[in-house]
Amino acid sequence: MQDAGKLSSLASCILSLAFLLLFYFYPLASILTLSFAPDGRLDLSALEKLIQTPYYLRTLWFTIWQALVSTLLTVGLALPGAYVFARYEFPGKSLVQALTTIPFVLPTIVVAMAFSALLGPRGLVNTTLVKLLGLDRPPLNLQHTLAIILLAHVFYNYTLVVRIVSTYWANLDPRLPEAARMLGANRWRAFRQVTLPLLAPAIGAAALLVFIFCFTSFGVILILGGPRFATLEVEIYRQTINYFNLPLAATLSVFQIIFTFALMTVYTRLQARTALPQELRSRRSTQRRPQTGRERLFVGANVGLMLALLVTPLGALAARSFAAERGLTLDFYRSLFYNPRESAFYVPPGAAALNSLGFALATMALSVILGLMAVSALTQRKETRFLGKIGFLRRFLDPIFMLPLGTSAVTLGLGYIVALDEPPLDLRASPVLVVLAHTLVALPFVVRSVLPALQSINPRLREAAALLGAPPRRVWREIDLPIVARAALVGAVFAFTISMGEFGATSLIARPERPTLPVAIYRYLGRPGALNYGQAMAMATVLMLVCAVGFLAIERFRVGEVGEF
Amino acid sequence: MKRKLILTLIGTLLVLMACRVTGPARAPVTPTPVGPRTLRLMTHNSFAISDEVIAAFEEAQGAKVEILEAGDGGVMLNQAILSADNPQADVLYGVDNTFLSRALEGDIFEPYASPLLDEIPDRLKLDPQNRALPMDYGDVCLNYDKAWFDEQGLAPPANLKDLVEPKYEGLTVVEDAASSSPGLAFMLATVGHFGETGDYTWLDYWADLRENDIMVASDWDNAYYGYFTVGSGGEGNRPIVVSYASSPPAAVYYAEEPLDEAPTAAVVGDGSCFRQIEFVGILKGTENRDLAEKWIDFMLDTTFQEDIPLNMFMFPANQNAALPDVFAEYAVIPERPAEVDYEAIETNREAWVEAWAEVVVR
Repeated sequence: MQDAGKLSSLASCILSLAFLLLFYFYPLASILTLSFAPDGRLDLSALEKLIQTPYYLRTLWFTIWQALVSTLLTVGLALPGAYVFARYEFPGKSLVQALTTIPFVLPTIVVAMAFSALLGPRGLVNTTLVKLLGLDRPPLNLQHTLAIILLAHVFYNYTLVVRIVSTYWANLDPRLPEAARMLGANRWRAFRQVTLPLLAPAIGAAALLVFIFCFTSFGVILILGGPRFATLEVEIYRQTINYFNLPLAATLSVFQIIFTFALMTVYTRLQARTALPQELRSRRSTQRRPQTGRERLFVGANVGLMLALLVTPLGALAARSFAAERGLTLDFYRSLFYNPRESAFYVPPGAAALNSLGFALATMALSVILGLMAVSALTQRKETRFLGKIGFLRRFLDPIFMLPLGTSAVTLGLGYIVALDEPPLDLRASPVLVVLAHTLVALPFVVRSVLPALQSINPRLREAAALLGAPPRRVWREIDLPIVARAALVGAVFAFTISMGEFGATSLIARPERPTLPVAIYRYLGRPGALNYGQAMAMATVLMLVCAVGFLAIERFRVGEVGEF
Repeated sequence: MKRKLILTLIGTLLVLMACRVTGPARAPVTPTPVGPRTLRLMTHNSFAISDEVIAAFEEAQGAKVEILEAGDGGVMLNQAILSADNPQADVLYGVDNTFLSRALEGDIFEPYASPLLDEIPDRLKLDPQNRALPMDYGDVCLNYDKAWFDEQGLAPPANLKDLVEPKYEGLTVVEDAASSSPGLAFMLATVGHFGETGDYTWLDYWADLRENDIMVASDWDNAYYGYFTVGSGGEGNRPIVVSYASSPPAAVYYAEEPLDEAPTAAVVGDGSCFRQIEFVGILKGTENRDLAEKWIDFMLDTTFQEDIPLNMFMFPANQNAALPDVFAEYAVIPERPAEVDYEAIETNREAWVEAWAEVVVR
């Protein structure tokens, strides 16, 4: 039995590593080789240029600190929300949670329009303020400012923190902080000294994801930040696509990767120290309705913040899709089904939704399977640990699974073109490539969602079960699965979301048309005319709806009884 | 155990490398055609054409047409260059004159002197070796909101120079030359118009534009739908935008309600526009050279050419192609666009864009 366990964890380790090797390291190595040594001789002059030009150092610095500020803001704003979702039951809870996740899938250009409908010089907030205060010009000017970049990063990533932290928090034993309170600690001290340390692994995982997301931010910086701001990712795109300066782009890419790797290595060390085995509780025993006025106020205020920050922009978009010059209309929706030019590139909304769903479900399945394999490789117990002897590899395994998220989409996209061009791996024009690319980005989310949960299981539980005669498979099913399933569900939601909203990487891969919803939105916004604008808004609303339904459906999914844990 | 793992990893790597280095696949895998042949067209994501036009070719040749979309113009070209020794398609369409030099240097095309070239005016033919054949063109110009200028009782700008006048302060939105293709084209128009030397260079002009509070948006869709008064459903506050000379007919064609008059107009004064010419070529190494030639002839012939305007809002290169009514009525073709040599564009692109960014945004 022992051997069977060893064998299966060896197999999952090899499979998940092979996936990365084939679809991450190999394409990456190919494009970097081509960039640095086009004639077989290593040319590092780009590095010199990079170090000597203050502009690139400034860009590097800006990339890091805007990501840091965005992360702090997002975590700060989202933690109270996570608490509300973890500890309270209230009507409409799952709907609110689904709505707060929608921002994650929206194309940046659409988000920019929603923000401008609310915060622009002629937006709702400004016109209201002008009217209320009798001003002669709009008081709020956020166009092309750092503030709007940060706001957008919070808008996109809020859900990451809420979902990951609240899932973890829901299973924490509420009696621990209660005991601290009873011993005389005030609310804040009980939180700071008891709850916060227990939550650290989940907060760390979420913060890390938010950071890397903002670190590689592209659309938000370009569209909302305007031309004064550039991150490494923006600069890599410019160098690659506009100037075809592959050596410089590759150098910047390598910087990005090294930084991600270093960050991850530090994080893994810290995490090993903060992960504490705990007595976990079923969420049934930790969640209740808010009772006192104070509790109701707290829940209400947080839900209010979520609605204001995350849901009103969505509402503004949906409102647009019904608003024509002469009043409310369904024309934009009707015209989605109509192809006046008989164009070969017309996308019926149903087909686009099905394409999106197909890619998203495939991505979800693949990344959850690979993610669970990766996690099992990362958390082998002592007795079955075969990597223990080569500790260095094990130490780098976790950072390695995160690397794709911190790697430039342009670099990797071109890597695919260069590397995967011959049988048996001629995937260049295959839709499979889209799923692979999405999975690469989704995998870190599954790993980060599941890992803290698995590490929080007290090993003595497993030992006790084994002592009582349970075979390893049963131990896994009765002890690990209930906790893991819930966390894997969170990872699955993210995998689904990432695939539904992804546009950048897929647009870099040439392939026969199988347009997704974001592609259809961009197609409408590619040409002038009020009808195109309205149709784009209608298509964006369809995207939001499909996603909301998807989230609700995934959350209904239960592995037997254990999903309730 | 550990040895096993390492061996497996090394083994996988070796297999991969063997695939790359020896490339055993290339020679034997010339596919024996089963069923109809397939023509693969690689193009950018603004490509569009009618179903029936493609069907006409497929029927006439007994072949299938497969279209690979590869991002925007720059992304597409880079892909084509990086896969030059193992092309993804038979024909590449959509390289414009701002990228032509890079495409020719990348040596991705095989020359083809199509007989249809006779029907295309010489001023559109930039490559004497006919590796890249002109397919269509469009002019990047200023567009303005006619109703807005009427209401304000202000005369709209008539040429580039007008924009720096105080009465047009804070009215214009342009696209970032570093990230947008019309943005780059408009920058090139100013290079051609004002020149690099003399009392008032193109950079002086941009310094004045900056003084006059122009807005720089990341992309065309962001500029037109985010900031332009006509496109944005009421939020935008800029009545002048950099767009195309063909945007006014598009605004009529894609209006919510039928319109008698275009809501916008293009500024087509001498030297105020930049002409983008889009090219098509046979990719080097294609195994379907004969079919690729037939496809290019088909693309340059009137059936295809007449279908271009309403699908892509560009003008057909073939002078025998008739324009659709909405184009004939609402579109103007600038007589003298600004002149910038295509080879100079690739040579100076980075320096120009950097200088532009230095003056305008940093």
